[in-house]
Amino acid sequence: MRALRTLGPIVVVLAVLLALIAAANPFFLEPAGFLAFLKRAAPLVILAAGQYFVIVSGEFDLSVGSLVTVQVVVAARLIDGDEAATWPVLALLVAIGLLIGLANGVITTALRVPSFITTLGMMLVLSGAVFLWTGGAPRGALSEAFRTFGRKDLGPVPWSVLILLAAGGAAIALMRSDFGRRLVAAGDNERAASLSGVRVNRTRTLAFVLSGLAAAVAGILLGGFAGVSAQVGQGLEFQAITAVVLGGVALGGGRGSVAAAMAGAFTLEALFTLLNLYGISGALEFAVQGVIIIAAVAAGAVRLPLRRTAHV
Amino acid sequence: MSDHADSAVARRAAAPEPAVPPPGGPAPEDGQRRARDGAGNGGGRRWAGIGPTQVIYLALLGVMAAGWVLVAIDGGDFLTLETVVGIQQRSAALGIVAVGQTLAILAGSLDLSVAYVISLTSLVAAEIMAGRDGGILPALAAALAVSALIGLVNGLVITRLQVHAFIATLGTALIVKGVLDHLYDGPAGRVPESFQRLGYDRLGPVPVSALLWAGVAAAAWFLLRRTRLGYRIYAVGGDAEVARLSGVRTGRVIVATHVLCSVCAGIAGLLLASRLGAGAPTVGTDGGYDLESIAAVVLGGTALAGGRGGVGGTVGGVLLLAVLDSVFNQLEVNAFAKDVVRGVVIVAAVAVYARRTSRRRSR
Amino acid sequence: MKRSITVLVAAVSAMLLAGCASDKPVTGGGATASAAPSASAASPATGEQSKFFVQADYDAQLAMRAQTAEGPEDKPWEQAIAPQMTDTATYKKDGPYHLCFSNAAVNNPWRQVGWKTMQAEVALHKEIAEFTALDAEGKDDKQISDIAELTGKDCDALIVSPNTTATLTPAVSGACPKLPVIVFDRGVETDCPVTFINPIGGYAFGADGAEFLVEKVPAGGKVLALRILPGVDVLETRWSAAKVTFDKSELDVVGVEFTDGDAAKTKSIVSDYIARHGKIDGVWMDAGATAVAAIEAFEDAGQPVPAIVGEDQQDFLQKWKDGNLTAVAPTYPTYQWRTPIIAALKILKGEEVPKTWKLPQPKITSENLDSYLQPDMPPLHYALCGCEDLPGFPGAWGGKEN
Repeated sequence: MRALRTLGPIVVVLAVLLALIAAANPFFLEPAGFLAFLKRAAPLVILAAGQYFVIVSGEFDLSVGSLVTVQVVVAARLIDGDEAATWPVLALLVAIGLLIGLANGVITTALRVPSFITTLGMMLVLSGAVFLWTGGAPRGALSEAFRTFGRKDLGPVPWSVLILLAAGGAAIALMRSDFGRRLVAAGDNERAASLSGVRVNRTRTLAFVLSGLAAAVAGILLGGFAGVSAQVGQGLEFQAITAVVLGGVALGGGRGSVAAAMAGAFTLEALFTLLNLYGISGALEFAVQGVIIIAAVAAGAVRLPLRRTAHV
Repeated sequence: MSDHADSAVARRAAAPEPAVPPPGGPAPEDGQRRARDGAGNGGGRRWAGIGPTQVIYLALLGVMAAGWVLVAIDGGDFLTLETVVGIQQRSAALGIVAVGQTLAILAGSLDLSVAYVISLTSLVAAEIMAGRDGGILPALAAALAVSALIGLVNGLVITRLQVHAFIATLGTALIVKGVLDHLYDGPAGRVPESFQRLGYDRLGPVPVSALLWAGVAAAAWFLLRRTRLGYRIYAVGGDAEVARLSGVRTGRVIVATHVLCSVCAGIAGLLLASRLGAGAPTVGTDGGYDLESIAAVVLGGTALAGGRGGVGGTVGGVLLLAVLDSVFNQLEVNAFAKDVVRGVVIVAAVAVYARRTSRRRSR
Repeated sequence: MKRSITVLVAAVSAMLLAGCASDKPVTGGGATASAAPSASAASPATGEQSKFFVQADYDAQLAMRAQTAEGPEDKPWEQAIAPQMTDTATYKKDGPYHLCFSNAAVNNPWRQVGWKTMQAEVALHKEIAEFTALDAEGKDDKQISDIAELTGKDCDALIVSPNTTATLTPAVSGACPKLPVIVFDRGVETDCPVTFINPIGGYAFGADGAEFLVEKVPAGGKVLALRILPGVDVLETRWSAAKVTFDKSELDVVGVEFTDGDAAKTKSIVSDYIARHGKIDGVWMDAGATAVAAIEAFEDAGQPVPAIVGEDQQDFLQKWKDGNLTAVAPTYPTYQWRTPIIAALKILKGEEVPKTWKLPQPKITSENLDSYLQPDMPPLHYALCGCEDLPGFPGAWGGKEN
């Protein structure tokens, strides 16, 4: 029951959307259909979990979209179709994710640059640098082994669903640990947290590192799912932030659960699926999305005690 | 809005505007400082040494000098009439949006919908004009009304529905995008020749579009420094709770900044329509006016959390981005390298401001 | 919803039967029927016809496909279809030359390949002493000031690849009186440039793909149409031509979806359609960048890949070859980036050039697939770059040197 309380109203919305999808497409209720949905949602859910750490600590990470693009483009160029290169490159991608997260964290905490700006700058730097390196367009090719994680199944279950379960479990465990408490404390009231012995800067930096790691995993899954593309990460940062906020997590930090953030990502993905299923025209889809996001957040805000309005 | 600004004020605030290297004018900074302190946010703290606005103008001078040297080495001539006009033309639309964005950010909010508002107003204006001179006035009125309405919605969603500005304006942006995609296949409407003069005419080395930007900046500067609303904007951005307790209706202030911010985007949309000769559903997003305007504001030393900064710095920030662009253009730097440099410059500038602020704090 | 579609399809068929006296595609009962040709081409099954649809252009482009281009046989970028030559004696001057180029953007692989090809073409000509190129980064407003800046740089000729059609017109009109202007890829709404260079165009591209599906997919077959974005004129023409073809056919267009050019989204959409309809018999695309993702959706669903329309990108050609697919690749050749340089030099030497320089626009079919497949080139390289003989090939285009 505690779980339902931490998840909040988002599960109700999610349940309604899933029911609507099932009504329009019975295939969705079959294991294969539902697993396909989970597989598709996996990258966004993992990104949302990463973004949650950053947001609950009171910051933003706008760089995850371009980080995902970097992952896929770097992987394609370095692997270049060579199966043997798969594992070293995977290790490198994770290292890049961690490193970018660390850089975001250090610039934000040590140099006191607002994270919105740090990660906006990082977004420009990453997308510029990676195409500078490859001469404008992706080169090379991914190996079959690399694509396994995003594309293939282990028995009846897609690899990406297994990775999603592992990542989701790890995120929840992390938030229940001491680190999770410190993270929320840092986001809720930096001063108080600091006085009670929380190393706020270090905790926040770690949140960025986790977001970078999540982007690395999401990049590996997306590259695996759909192959090399120059715009694989486009707009993902806004989707991830939207998902987290849909989950009832307050921008500005200190409130909300990681499970709810992930539920928010599922909700967003379910919304995309539903709009597609009901044939809402490609154009109006965005308008519907916009209305729903505002409405959901407004509905969540009404019940919650007010924080300072419009604090970024 | 601009009728409030008397010409002397306009001239002073427009100081960094002309093509000659801006002097790092003390006039706007002076205004910022007073406004800032007047807002009670600084608690009477005086700036030791120079403030962010001077930093940005010094950086601007530095970039111009470096650009001049680099272009000279490359065998070119940096400050020709064309480049000077080009810098102003390229920065006018972004500059107008950024002035509006400054108001929203100073009040502790921000607006991610400006890019779509620009596209929408360019289309509304061009379609109403439909190539007729007689259509200009109705078109101006309609474009400004539409943008003000969107700003009003933004403000009300933020204040009444208690939705964070990031999400509220992102949501509005999606809604406007949906409407644009639904209604338009591509460029539409036509702007009469006479209206195109707004985008193309110039007085000596100063394009009319730059004068428009100067006018908007001067009006915003006047608003922030000389009016009660301006004082309240700083107060709300500095600490909304304190402002509320001291009797400021914070909600109204935020709504007002959003309306003004959106109207600025609308003006930029009109300017772009006159440049393009038509309305275009992607002109705002292609230009990246949403994130770039925020970057320019912050580059100009306005704190993203609100309450500190001003229009003078924003004008400097926009000019810095435009001069960088011009240098890159002259040296034919690859677009990807430009992004890397832009990203680094924005982060580095804000790091410098943060360092100065924290040093002052520790004193 | 299904019922209403059936009714509407029936209505359209009836309309077509009634109007069969006219041999113009789908315009109904001739001149008296309607003053707006585009409106009557609208079909409910595939949505309304685009505002960009211009019947005359459509007819001209479709006719051009059958015409033979004039010019050197092994150099399609120097060929022209039915050229109307224009005199350029007034622009004649002695070299060396300073050429200037206002580029819309290099933000996608197609423009990347083209841009590299153009740079290599410049390197071929010793008489070009200087080549100044400004990149507008996809911003109309920046391109307008770029053009103004270039006209002040004592360029001998200005090449423009406009970011959008209508909106760059004033800037190009402003440059024309000052120096010879060459426009390519997208056009502008003025004929002041000395020459406008592009391949046959979007209608031919769209029709090539759609006609292939009509030929390969049995009547009543389900076709999914995938588009990148609404509102981009060059893409709108492709779809509107395909739509005309589909509306005349017996095919059932079960969906028209926007992919944003995103591979993951494409794959998801195609998977959804496979799940919903059980079987999709043909896939039409307005650009090939995500064709491989669409193919993979069928593979992952354990279904044979149906007839599919792609483009000349290497990853698609490779997949086509490996899977022995039923496929076609209309092209919008990147070799058109060579032509403006050649045209500029001709103009400056006073040689006549076609006023509207229409380049051939071949399509890749199973018969000629092997000649376009280049396994050593990057996956998103466009086969019709015409760049194989240029300096720096293949390394500069990201290919593997052997």
